[in-house]
Amino acid sequence: MLIHAPILAIAVPLLGAFSLLGLAYLSRTLRNIWACLISAFTSAMAVAVAIRAFTEGVVVYTLGAASPTESVTAGGFPIRIVLVVDGLGAFMGLIAALAGVVALVYYFQYLKEEEGKSLGLSLLLLLWAGILGLVYTGDLFNFFVFLEITSIAACALIGYRTWESRPPEAAFKTMAMYTLGGLLVLISVGILYGEYDALNIAYLSKAITGSLLDKLALGLLLGGLLMKAGAVPAHMWAPDAYGEAPATATIVLVANTQAAIYAILRVVFTLFGGALAAPGIGWLIASLGITTVLVAVLMAVVQRHLGRLVAYGAVSQLGYMLLAVGVGAVARGGFGEVALTGGIFHMINDAASVGLLFFVVGAVRRATGSVDLLSLGGLGHTLRWEAGFFLLGALALAGIPPLNGFASKFLIYESTFRASPILAALALLASILLLAVVVRAFQGAFLGPKVREASPAPRGMLVAMGILALVIVVFGLFPGFFIERIVSPAVQAVLTGREAYLAAVLGG
Amino acid sequence: MGNMPFVVSMILVMVGFLTLITRRNLIKLAIGISIIEMGVNLFLVSLGYVKGGIAPIYTYAPPGAKEMVFPTPQALTLTAIVIGLATTALMLAFAVVIYRHRGTLDAEKIRELRG
Repeated sequence: MLIHAPILAIAVPLLGAFSLLGLAYLSRTLRNIWACLISAFTSAMAVAVAIRAFTEGVVVYTLGAASPTESVTAGGFPIRIVLVVDGLGAFMGLIAALAGVVALVYYFQYLKEEEGKSLGLSLLLLLWAGILGLVYTGDLFNFFVFLEITSIAACALIGYRTWESRPPEAAFKTMAMYTLGGLLVLISVGILYGEYDALNIAYLSKAITGSLLDKLALGLLLGGLLMKAGAVPAHMWAPDAYGEAPATATIVLVANTQAAIYAILRVVFTLFGGALAAPGIGWLIASLGITTVLVAVLMAVVQRHLGRLVAYGAVSQLGYMLLAVGVGAVARGGFGEVALTGGIFHMINDAASVGLLFFVVGAVRRATGSVDLLSLGGLGHTLRWEAGFFLLGALALAGIPPLNGFASKFLIYESTFRASPILAALALLASILLLAVVVRAFQGAFLGPKVREASPAPRGMLVAMGILALVIVVFGLFPGFFIERIVSPAVQAVLTGREAYLAAVLGG
Repeated sequence: MGNMPFVVSMILVMVGFLTLITRRNLIKLAIGISIIEMGVNLFLVSLGYVKGGIAPIYTYAPPGAKEMVFPTPQALTLTAIVIGLATTALMLAFAVVIYRHRGTLDAEKIRELRG
């Protein structure tokens, strides 16, 4: 069965998402057990794929062939749809598995039944399936389809609470941006198909010559993916979406956004890594990254809605990842490798710290019914655990040693400095500003005299926060161990793995 | 004349973008995105057209037929149409909900989430 792990990791949550709604009509206990089974199975499959990809190299799974390893037909032309998992895809699968499991643990006690619990659960699984598909697929059109699955599931998840006025507004904005981005990706898929008669990423990567049309396709792909990632100037949807989505969903939404960063890496280094490996693309991405960091941090300063404040913090972290990707694409080796290590390690750190902060925001909203910093205060008296978790997540977000955010940000600063000292100085400045912002938020919400009664979060939610807090501390204390085991294979897959990727799919 | 479908599809995409930039009504924004979608779908399906080709159904091909159009772009277009249906439906549903809450569809007046 393990040989079928890549497709099972996508198919099981996809089927589970729909069967769950049927089961919910029968019995809620049955629904909860079913959701737990599905997520346990899915994450086990994601981990199994990751272990195989880390130990044996690129995993190829062919759909519709007599055996899953027959990826090419006679003549060396890949006509079937393939799933290809290299070190990077496996790493993203692990992030998605972590986000999905933690979100589910948090989920059961966070939403009440009348708040659309079954619906949210189903959409969460659908989004999960979309993310896993996005990072595992080796086919460009499938990539578009999974992109749209994540878009639709994410927007439905943001806006399904139609009895409130703000979530549908955020969802409409997000949907417009996602759809537009998806259509840009589709045009570029069309251009590449028209030029080379193929949709297989490995085959296209070999065939691409770097013509004017290829440059156009690269531009459209990057534009669409940057919209999906929420880079400035297309960042307007991101704080709305993160701020208004149910707290349990935001960690999966963050993983979804990181899947867009994954896609940018895949496009720049694998698909166009042969013919169009110009450093100019790297500078473009890096400058967009630093703009995103600065704009997001400055916007975070003026927020009084706790959720939106954390959301701007999340957008700024995405900027750091883009900066790292850009610097990596400028150098492609040397300090570029350091940058990519930092950027890819930062993905899992960001998922943990931003996820933890959103979980605390959700607990605060559940306990007090408000997230307005002007009306909150003194919550530390009653919500002791939440206060501790918020402080931990906030310090990790701002990159304070010895937490995990410091480990990855330090690598980003170091490599960016060697590419351009000004960019590094700006990134460092933004980080200090972010620290001021989150400390102010902590002080505003949790310190001071007790102003209102608040009931502490139930145990299930605290367990979910505890798992993320553990990730933050352990990754911060032993960064070398994790970089060597899970980050380094991903970096190698990006930088030097293109040949192995092509060879695994096309043979020889 | 062979490039006419591509020109028309790009004109459709431009019209759609123009709609997005100039209109403020949420329904019209959804229509704009739909028009872009139609343009892209036309682009995809015309990629696979072969002059004088017949529908790519092997068993129904008439005996004298020489060329078939490419089937892959048609499959892509069908998928893209279905996805487009889902996104449009979701956007319109959100527009309806927003109208119920605010009593307006003007994007400039719906600005609860700003800054």
